[in-house]
Amino acid sequence: MSILSVKQVSKTYQSGSRKLTVLDEVNFDIQAGDTIAIVGPSGSGKTTLLGLCAGLDSASTGSVSLNGQSMENLSEDQRADIRSKFVGFIFQNFQLLPTLTALENVMVPLELKKRKDAKQKALELLTKVGLGNRATHYPTQLSGGEQQRVSIARAFANEPKILFADEPTGNLDTETGEMIEKLIFDLNKEQGTTLVLVTHDLELAKKTNRIIHIKGGKIQEDTYA
Amino acid sequence: MHNLSWILKMAFRDFRKNVAKLLLFVSSIVIGIAALVGISSFGDNLSQDINNQAKELMGADLELKNNQPLGEQPTDSIATRIAEEINFASMVVFPATDDSRLTQVRALAGEYPFYGKLETLPESAESSFRSGGRKALVEKLLLAQFNAQVGDSIKIGELTFLIEGELQKVPGQTGITASVAPAVYIPMEYVEATGLIQYGSRLNYLRYYELPSDQDPELLKTKYEAQWDEARIDADTLADRKRSTGRSFQNLSNFLSLVAFIALLLGCVGVASAVNVFVKEKLASVAVLRCLGVSSWSAMLIYLTQILMMGLLGSLLGAGLGTLLQFALPAVFKDFLPVAVTVQVSWTSVGFGVLTGLFVSVLFALLPLLKIRKVSPMATLRPEAGETKISRDPLRWAVIVTILLFIFGFSFYLLKDWKVALGFTGFVVFAFATLWTVALGIMWMIRRFLPLSLQYPIRQSLANLYRPNNQTVSLIATIGLGTAMISTLFFVQNQLLDEARFAGKEDQPNMLLFDIQSHQVDAVAGRIKDRNLPIMQQVPIVTMALESINGLTKKANEDLPEEERRSRGLYNREFRVSYRDTLIASERLVKGNLRKVENQGDSVFVSFDQGYAERTGINLGDEIIFNVQGRPIKTFVGSFRDIKFNQVSTNFLVLFPENVLNNAPKFHVLITKTANDRQAADVQSEIVREFPNISVINLGMIVETLEEILGKISFVIQFMAFFSIITGILVLISSLIISKYQRMKESILLRTLGASSGVVSKINTLEYFFLGSLASLSGIMLSFLATGLLSKFVFELPFRAAFKEAFFVYLAITLLTVILGWLNGRKIVKVAPMEILRE
Repeated sequence: MSILSVKQVSKTYQSGSRKLTVLDEVNFDIQAGDTIAIVGPSGSGKTTLLGLCAGLDSASTGSVSLNGQSMENLSEDQRADIRSKFVGFIFQNFQLLPTLTALENVMVPLELKKRKDAKQKALELLTKVGLGNRATHYPTQLSGGEQQRVSIARAFANEPKILFADEPTGNLDTETGEMIEKLIFDLNKEQGTTLVLVTHDLELAKKTNRIIHIKGGKIQEDTYA
Repeated sequence: MHNLSWILKMAFRDFRKNVAKLLLFVSSIVIGIAALVGISSFGDNLSQDINNQAKELMGADLELKNNQPLGEQPTDSIATRIAEEINFASMVVFPATDDSRLTQVRALAGEYPFYGKLETLPESAESSFRSGGRKALVEKLLLAQFNAQVGDSIKIGELTFLIEGELQKVPGQTGITASVAPAVYIPMEYVEATGLIQYGSRLNYLRYYELPSDQDPELLKTKYEAQWDEARIDADTLADRKRSTGRSFQNLSNFLSLVAFIALLLGCVGVASAVNVFVKEKLASVAVLRCLGVSSWSAMLIYLTQILMMGLLGSLLGAGLGTLLQFALPAVFKDFLPVAVTVQVSWTSVGFGVLTGLFVSVLFALLPLLKIRKVSPMATLRPEAGETKISRDPLRWAVIVTILLFIFGFSFYLLKDWKVALGFTGFVVFAFATLWTVALGIMWMIRRFLPLSLQYPIRQSLANLYRPNNQTVSLIATIGLGTAMISTLFFVQNQLLDEARFAGKEDQPNMLLFDIQSHQVDAVAGRIKDRNLPIMQQVPIVTMALESINGLTKKANEDLPEEERRSRGLYNREFRVSYRDTLIASERLVKGNLRKVENQGDSVFVSFDQGYAERTGINLGDEIIFNVQGRPIKTFVGSFRDIKFNQVSTNFLVLFPENVLNNAPKFHVLITKTANDRQAADVQSEIVREFPNISVINLGMIVETLEEILGKISFVIQFMAFFSIITGILVLISSLIISKYQRMKESILLRTLGASSGVVSKINTLEYFFLGSLASLSGIMLSFLATGLLSKFVFELPFRAAFKEAFFVYLAITLLTVILGWLNGRKIVKVAPMEILRE
């Protein structure tokens, strides 16, 4: 079953009198449980594609369906509702809410789903990523690796059907990066989540079972492991 | 939208880390709310006190007043006690020093006041004064002015009185009225003997009644109103006095509330500006929340809730401070108060202040907060996507319109006149728009034309004015408006005083002698000429009343429906009229001609002051019959004059031609110019000694009295304007603290690149110097405009820019900004670069 379907998707921006095409008629489908890496040089359109797939932005033309739900005619708030139900995110710069503790950060997606066991579940997840004892710390009191682990716990908290990760190890040293990679893949396997990764790192990309190469806004290559 | 409890939970979580920052936001409104609550509480208490002390304020149940003896009145037989008073303006002389001054002499018979008392020092003087003998009670200000004391003598007209006591408080009298016309009480039995009751004396005859408890003064007034109107008698009851006193203090309280409201508006700009920075800092978090599935309104509500909490806190703080502030207000307003004011918490005012504070903080915070709705979740991946533009957002325009409606509504509530409220709203919008435009224009010019050849610290400090998240525009607007308010008050006050002093410098008269009887004219003129002084004007004055206008008598006017009725003042006024066939320097003809009466039987054409004619609906050609001492004189309105009333000159609302009033009973005014104050004092002393009925006003005394009154008024207004300055300072401090982190990063970057802490300090100081200069200069320019408009349209004076005073204001405001900036910058320079790296 296809969890993400991208059909003839283009994204253009108007820059003064110039029209800038960032994505040009991109097509692909992703099956539930797949792990996919989108790779490409800087400015190739990877992040734009990720944003469109996750419903963070809308395409200029074409359609994106997430979990069978077409996104193109939805308002931003309707897309937000879909994200809260099915989608998880991991960002390169962690994107934790600075005024919330680690525990509260992980609780947010659970609370949005009105889960009564939000605190207990968040604590379990934090323990799982090795931060059970740092639950009451604020993001500024955590190292980069620890922040990313909180971010992973948050991403898996609402048991998403699909997880989007934008350069998840881009801001980390090699050793910490490897630990984070392992954590993502282990949790992914455990929860049966679909994983879509955007990365420069070909070694990381090779750990997925499908790699989409993108350049100049077009898919150059789509290879399966 | 997510459920409210989650939103509140998130708001609280975010709030924990933002308390200090948010406190700064609301600090801007605390002072404005405090001023509003303080004034409003004071006004409430004052109005209660006026009600409670109304009897003491009036001293009687009913008061009748006329400019001729009252005769027997129907109320005389009803009263339990009656007192009589004749009051008039007259010179008094202190024989010990030969000093003299114009005062209000009050000849009293009976036990007035029936309620309250004349407060005297010694206390016994109040009763011993009434026990017989030539004794006087003299206003304390007058005694202080001439260094006289109880036991000394005071000469009033032909008689000398013993100063029995010093008057501390007279019913209904305030410090201001005491400054203008200090009172001297004498027993009624001696008033004739003073020789001051003669034709031309402007006498007021008053009769005070104490009524039995079963008699309602209001009913009595209604019963005899027609009769008293016919006889031109003013009847004043307790209810009238409560109304008129209450109304004037309500006006004062509303005016001061308006000044407080300006301080609050300045604070609101501070709130909007600080929330703007707060929102910019929160955009990344909002983008994350949006990614996690939070709806746009829920995200906005998380932050709006925090503003609401802080708005409530700020309003409560302001209301508390305002309640404390009113303890100071009786001292500030002491010269204006006719009653003793009690100080107590006015819960209505507190509630009103809290609600207003809450409303304005939310309203003004909404402008930047609305941006949150537009934050794209894409900003998590691309920070530049977080830049939201809401200039076309209809909700933003709805908020702007609500703000304008709020300003209009609030000022209307205070002023009760939609035109004035609209004018005030227009002025506020104009002032903000001007300052906003000036600030934006300056920033644009700096960006566009900043020359590379400038020294680095100067260039960097100027460039800092348009750094990201800068608050340059809002600071220029708030500090500028505060400066504009203070300077306008300062400039107007100076302009009025200058004008009065200026009159003495040119070839203008500076001494006015009035109440001269016809038989004294030659002798008085002789004394003036003996001293080689010029007789600049010698003017006869005839008193008269208006009998009918175009056949409409007072009685017929009263019977007309209100919308058709002419001003009652026209019929009640005692006109002091002169006659001549030419214009004098202080007037010019604007309509019609001055027409002479050359033959008996010629129609009499009179000339009216244009402003007065406009106010009372008099037109050219109207037929007016004046009653001159019982004899009707038919006249026609032949011309209008524009009169400059701000000169020492005799100006008349109505001017007759020659050959009509020449034989009517009259008195005279004589105007001269003395060389200096010494000579003025000598002339005054000689004239008053020889002709005690003649009153003398010299320009020195006018300036002195004006200075005293303006000093008192301006103290009150400056006290209120002070709130605006404090608010401006708070906005400045809050902006400094908000931008501290950014400044710290800039400072560290500069130091990492090799700049010494001296250079960094110099850049910071220069930035504040430029900011302070721009704000104060913009404010001063605005105040020049306001002073110019006030001079032209209100005071009708030529505008003279007070550059010296302006420079003083500029220095003070700029220095204050630099000092505050320097205090803030001192810590920034000391931060070790590593600290920011660790963050």
